[in-house]
Amino acid sequence: MQFGIFTVGDVTPDPTTGRAPTEAERVKSLITIALKAEEVGLDVFAQGQHHNPPFVVSSPTTTLGYIAAKTEKLVLSTSTTLITTTDPVKIAEDFATLQHVADGRVDLMMGRGNTGPVYPWFGKDIRDGIPLAVENYQLLRRLWREDVVNWEGQFRTPLQGFTSTPRPLDGVPPFVWHGSIRSPQIAEQAAYYGDGFFHNHIFWPPEHTERMVEFYRRRFEHYGHGSADQAIVGLGGQVFMRKNSQDAVREFRPYFDKAPVYGGGPSLEEFTSQTPLTVGSPEQVIERTLGFRDYVGDYQRQLFLIDHAGLPLKTVLEQLDILGEEVVPVLRREFAALKPAHVPDAPTHASLVAAAGGGHDSTVHAADDVTGRTVETAAQA
Amino acid sequence: MTTRTIAVVSAGLSDPSSTRLLADRLTAATVEALRARGEDATVEVVELRGHARDLADNLTSGFANGSLQTAIDTVVGADALIAVTPVFSASYSGLFKTFFDVLDKDALTGKPVLLGATAGTPRHSLVVEHAMRPLFAYLRAVVVPTGVFAAAEDWAGGGVDRSLAGRIDRAAGELAGLVSGRPAATRPADPFADPTTSFEELLKGR
Repeated sequence: MQFGIFTVGDVTPDPTTGRAPTEAERVKSLITIALKAEEVGLDVFAQGQHHNPPFVVSSPTTTLGYIAAKTEKLVLSTSTTLITTTDPVKIAEDFATLQHVADGRVDLMMGRGNTGPVYPWFGKDIRDGIPLAVENYQLLRRLWREDVVNWEGQFRTPLQGFTSTPRPLDGVPPFVWHGSIRSPQIAEQAAYYGDGFFHNHIFWPPEHTERMVEFYRRRFEHYGHGSADQAIVGLGGQVFMRKNSQDAVREFRPYFDKAPVYGGGPSLEEFTSQTPLTVGSPEQVIERTLGFRDYVGDYQRQLFLIDHAGLPLKTVLEQLDILGEEVVPVLRREFAALKPAHVPDAPTHASLVAAAGGGHDSTVHAADDVTGRTVETAAQA
Repeated sequence: MTTRTIAVVSAGLSDPSSTRLLADRLTAATVEALRARGEDATVEVVELRGHARDLADNLTSGFANGSLQTAIDTVVGADALIAVTPVFSASYSGLFKTFFDVLDKDALTGKPVLLGATAGTPRHSLVVEHAMRPLFAYLRAVVVPTGVFAAAEDWAGGGVDRSLAGRIDRAAGELAGLVSGRPAATRPADPFADPTTSFEELLKGR
């Protein structure tokens, strides 16, 4: 099982000091957090994509490319890549490039984005969210799998004889997860392709997660990718930990009370009892997290949100230490002991290459339109 | 004998409340009218005051907690709804509106509904028509023609004024007429049932 962190990349004032980091500080802090994640033994770092304040994550592969160069093992992912408003051609190019830069340590999570005003900035309409996700993702798959694509759809300029470059590393596209909180159509999309399904599993009661995952598993089996318990499931979750749970609650409360997504509504205590949010000791986080398996089954990836709502970088790094030293080793051991042998691990570049019968270079050399001669054939002649 | 479920939503705040009093009179008259048509009824009352914080929480969190969800399920699953609000600032109260704000937009489609309102002055007497009816039209509920408004003077003398009693009976008769003979209430379609549109069709843009 993979463990990691995911961030939305928000610039939020620290409610205890009133000070907001600069964009420069926040961009650098994302990098520091990612490097720390590898240092403490986590497997995955995922970052969001937003195109409006208060976020600094409009260009995910720039940051992820730098992190790739500074890390050895960390899998770089997204939470999420906006499949609705981002040109699939650009996604195909950016993430194939990142695959080469990162030696394959790349996967993606597709999401629609729920901020209405963002869509028109990119010539789209939020009411087309599902059809955009369906059409754009189908095109993205073809761009990675077919060297030359002729394509026409509803939402984008047609493509004639188009080759997305660079071609995927070893001829194997990155693994894709689909994230959705409550749209069965997206779970259906993930099941149709045999892709992974990720539920963010924060803000809402676990019953919502349970229903979505159950539906995805049932449909994964329907489409013939394996049995329902072999479907590839990822969960989010939000935690804040201190050695003593009272200290954790006391320290986290002002961040909770002022958080744009939490403040003004149910209390911290109500939210921790009604949703997967866990604020307490490392032991409490371990117990709660192991309990997720009771309602989603054996799953492949657990990502925690830890840098939210203006928490200072120093605190976030301390949280990573606790995760790496006290929480994840126990979770790794316990989940592994529970998982039946026929339940697969999350796909990686290595496992996908092996499943494809080995890697092959898939470079496409430019060809003369008339003679079909390429640089290579010309050199041989 | 068929047994119907009548959900009653009352947004009254005091105890005793004239809003609840009107709701109870409308409910009793509806049960009576159904019985006259050979149908039994069970009544489930949702007092919104008890869910005031739950509703505010739902606005910020986006989900109903357990207690509120039970109330919502009661209303959505009922064969008929009697909804009564006090008049605040010339309209339904914010508490009343919030309950209907947090329902799924299709939750009351086709639901037989009787509307009532109470106020201190008869000058609000058209509030059912100008405020409540448009809300339930938006929700695509089937609202009976008679809405019942009761001002303080309608309760004068401790009993129900004769003309108010007449309006209650007429409205209750209309609701019973809508409910009886209809198939039992069906739950909204399960979004997690196997899709009726195949993914291939979605891919073709249908």
